[in-house]
Amino acid sequence: MPLVDLLLEPLSYDFMQRAFLVTVTAAIVCGVLSCWLVLIGWSLMGDAVSHAVLPGVVLAYLLGTPFAVGALVFGVAAVALIGLVRSTSRVKEDAAIGVVFTTLFALGIVLISVVPSQTDLGHILFGNLLGVSVADLAQVLGLGVVTLAILVLKRRDLTLYAFDPTHANAIGLNPKALGALLLGLLALTVVVALQAVGVVLVVAMLIIPGATAYLLTDRFARMLVISPIIAAACSIVGIYLSYYLDAASGGMVVLTMGAVFTLVYLFAPQHGVIGRRLTTAARRRQVTANV
Amino acid sequence: MTFTRTGHAAGAASDPALVVRGLTVHYGDVLALDDVSITLQRGTICGLVGMNGSGKSTLFKAIMGSVKPDRGTVTIEGLPPKRARKRGIVGYVPQSEDVDWSFPLSVYDVVMMGRYGFQNFTRHPRHADREAVAAALDRVELSDLAGRRIGALSGGQRKRAFVARGLAQGAEVLLLDEPFAGVDRRSEATITELLRELAADGRTVLVSSHDLEGLPRLADEAILLLRRVLMHSTPDEVLRPENLARAFGFDLTGRAGE
Repeated sequence: MPLVDLLLEPLSYDFMQRAFLVTVTAAIVCGVLSCWLVLIGWSLMGDAVSHAVLPGVVLAYLLGTPFAVGALVFGVAAVALIGLVRSTSRVKEDAAIGVVFTTLFALGIVLISVVPSQTDLGHILFGNLLGVSVADLAQVLGLGVVTLAILVLKRRDLTLYAFDPTHANAIGLNPKALGALLLGLLALTVVVALQAVGVVLVVAMLIIPGATAYLLTDRFARMLVISPIIAAACSIVGIYLSYYLDAASGGMVVLTMGAVFTLVYLFAPQHGVIGRRLTTAARRRQVTANV
Repeated sequence: MTFTRTGHAAGAASDPALVVRGLTVHYGDVLALDDVSITLQRGTICGLVGMNGSGKSTLFKAIMGSVKPDRGTVTIEGLPPKRARKRGIVGYVPQSEDVDWSFPLSVYDVVMMGRYGFQNFTRHPRHADREAVAAALDRVELSDLAGRRIGALSGGQRKRAFVARGLAQGAEVLLLDEPFAGVDRRSEATITELLRELAADGRTVLVSSHDLEGLPRLADEAILLLRRVLMHSTPDEVLRPENLARAFGFDLTGRAGE
């Protein structure tokens, strides 16, 4: 089969078109947000919020409300609970995160097991890319666009918060509010990505693109472009692979991201383990040649 | 020079730069600052001397409002701290270990952060902002390195970049936390000279330092801090061994007497 047909064939199905749209939207939003998460060191926070939304999703199905509402409520509640436990007890932040998100995740699993419904645990945990309804698509696109718009418009403030919250405070901005904004956007982003890759793998989309971009550039502004491009490209490649290999789509997308990260980790010109040596060697050759 | 001192006429020019009265701060059960009162006149450089845990960083944080005091007040150029911050009067140069030097930002990006208080919702830089940043970089002699990643600078250059951020912001009161830690002698001299020039322009500088030897060259006055103000006098007076002994205990007095 010619390459063009290989690429076009999956697109002839409506459900595949929706799968592509949902995943690329999720990838772009996650890719942008992940730049701040990896720089602040909030990877665990991303993991926590993505797991903590599980009971919200189950309850939303149960009550017949859009799953985004339930997920958002529990995402925000998880962040608030983590902050509460950390600030009112001697428990350190990572432990507070661990306690809160695993408990909420467990609550979700218990809810699924006792609620007689057609809710498929597998779909929530690992995504249900091929079963995206038109309503789901509208939800993801709407939330995705809003989240992305806020991230892009407030990018300079968020970067200031990530780099030097004390200075933010000194010039009369409110670093606590900026931190809360970023966490709220994290909860929204998790909701956007849930359908595409599922609760368990959302964190991959939240971390890998930003971490990869961080190895490729020393400019934050460029990171904000590189990261979503990598995320979107990996998503598209991953879905094609899953289509032709008949493999789990969420897993395939994340595997592709992991593979790209590995290549960059090894061969990035400045910050890659091998690339760094090659660059230095090339420079040395050039210097010798000039002498 | 087009330094944007975005006209803060509210505090009268005769107001002292900084007035701290009866400031007391606790962290849980730990008393960090005990009834601290300080007055700094404009155009002076004041060295803050004390050992680790003496409350220097807490004092800075309380002046900037990132730590809430249990008691006491801070007045900056005649204004309550919140209004002073809104006007960008307080500039802060953090100590090295508080900064993530691997952060992918250029020197220019960092200095531009001094302008955020004057910019719109998205902090989109305008002509005046770019000019203020260029002038600030010029003032600290880092124009050539504007595009360099902040972490790629030397210790002294990093400090100057953060001073430039304060200048771009139009700061009248500069707080520097241990600016000479990990900085070589020559850079130290450059920074000292820069701060002296800024003080001559009427800016007020409060600087904490372990470098007791360089203090008389840098500062007009000095404060000896050990949770409370033990002494506020000239650097020479503060650095007398018997005075340092009160703040540091005996091990450092030998060194100070060298």
